[in-house]
Amino acid sequence: MTNAFSKMLAARDWILADGATGTNLFNMGLESGDAPEMWNDQHPDRIELLYKQAVDAGSDLFLTNSFGGNAARLKLHGAEKRARELSRISAEIGREVADRYDRPVVVAGSVGPTGEIMAPMGALTHELAVEIFHEQAEGLKEGGADVLWLETISAPEEYKAAAEAFKLADMPWCGTMSFDTAGRTMMGLTSADMATMVDKLGNPPLAYGANCGVGASDLLRTVLGFVAQGSERPIIAKGNAGIPKYHDGHIHYDGTPDLMAEYAILARDAGATIIGGCCGTMPEHLSKMREALETRPRGERPTLDQITGALGAFSSAADGTGDDTPEPRRNRRRRA
Amino acid sequence: MSDQEDDIILSELDNEELVQQMFDDLYDGLKEEIEEGVNILLERGWQPYQVLTEALVGGMTIVGKDFRDGILFVPEVLLAANAMKGGMAILKPLLAETGAPRVGTMVIGTVKGDIHDIGKNLVSMMMEGAGFEVVDLGINNPVEKYLEALETEAPDILGMSALLTTTMPYMKVVIDTMIEQGKRDDYVVLVGGAPLNEEFGKAIGADAYCRDAAVAVETAKDFMARKHNKLAAG
Repeated sequence: MTNAFSKMLAARDWILADGATGTNLFNMGLESGDAPEMWNDQHPDRIELLYKQAVDAGSDLFLTNSFGGNAARLKLHGAEKRARELSRISAEIGREVADRYDRPVVVAGSVGPTGEIMAPMGALTHELAVEIFHEQAEGLKEGGADVLWLETISAPEEYKAAAEAFKLADMPWCGTMSFDTAGRTMMGLTSADMATMVDKLGNPPLAYGANCGVGASDLLRTVLGFVAQGSERPIIAKGNAGIPKYHDGHIHYDGTPDLMAEYAILARDAGATIIGGCCGTMPEHLSKMREALETRPRGERPTLDQITGALGAFSSAADGTGDDTPEPRRNRRRRA
Repeated sequence: MSDQEDDIILSELDNEELVQQMFDDLYDGLKEEIEEGVNILLERGWQPYQVLTEALVGGMTIVGKDFRDGILFVPEVLLAANAMKGGMAILKPLLAETGAPRVGTMVIGTVKGDIHDIGKNLVSMMMEGAGFEVVDLGINNPVEKYLEALETEAPDILGMSALLTTTMPYMKVVIDTMIEQGKRDDYVVLVGGAPLNEEFGKAIGADAYCRDAAVAVETAKDFMARKHNKLAAG
């Protein structure tokens, strides 16, 4: 199966994805607590600008404004019935923007987590999760997305449900998880666990990786964890522009455009193919990342020390992939 | 020793062994076994408060430590909390009847503009696991809602949660309003959420920033102990 994204993957050594959606939209006046997806309908001009800014700054691929556009998230705003429609519009605007450029630009239909905890721990069943993801996938497909882009997932069950849903929608996809808890996802998955899980999927993604999480350093440690598993599948690195800091009543991310340029180079040298930013990554960061990727030669795979030397310390000593994982304090009774 | 483990008969264990086994069973999130253990201890004449503190809170403290240290993760903690809840359901009416001392009360909620609640729910569960009464205000709480709950619930602790960098400054609005109304020092204010840090907690005037649910419990216990010492000394 070929599509705009797989063609780009085949033709290119690296692909620059986009940066933050939320941070950019808040700068355009989005009120916290409001659903960004409502703007697809209410302020399509601002969404168009969001996409355009990323492409103008050098992105080869951008994510649609549909991260929270699934029925489970929209329900919090009383808009659960609009999941398909709002997702479709986000992709329509994206298609229109992408087709204006004379270089290939991929429209990636963003699919975020449901925000629910899956059974048996929580209430969301596998069947319902598949249905929720399928509905959004159909909307993004109708709107003209080239590829679906699952992101910020914590639970392996949710990743698997999305894979199944995307098969039902007959769409190619990519999927990243967020490693924000001692180098693992909130649900305890390590980078190695994810690489293993992805290879076993019935409908595997075209590329997989990590987004968001803690800082740029942690994200690259996760990328090295994927690489160590030896899969040929392309790896995605979408890290935050540093760490959020509170200053005079405002929050800003401490990662400068130059730091993100370093991050992009290290991500490429670590083995990532699709490189972008997440929270706090603005067009000026993307421009510097593009420039660095275009001008600086490929180097050796960085060591953990080189990563912390360039980007700052990790948030935790270990990430669960080595032998230094601490032992449980109690004996286990029945579970393996 | 994993071979013979299905053969454990709780009622045949002496008190000390049973409590140790209940620590294991809480760790594994085995609800039915915890309920059985609680009933056995009560039948043996233990006071409900003793069962709560020595068996359940003791076991959840270990779960909390391993969560804090990155050994257990959210799924295991949810299971453990669920098992704890089973035991608490038996103890709660008995604790009320016997007039057992209260560990403390917390009002908790996600701040205005923020609809995220997994972290907050985890804190609620772990706090209940530590024996606290928790009044959960849910998501998207304006300052009025917090103040109303402080009035009606008279808690020891106010907990606020935010997952967004754009909503975390609202915590300061709540604290500033408490200061204006002269109520700030009546409560311990704990804050938490993914984008926060200690520096932020200090900057907005909270008593403490809690990195995760386990730290929230430890911090809350610490402040309650200080409060009791102060009362005893005062």
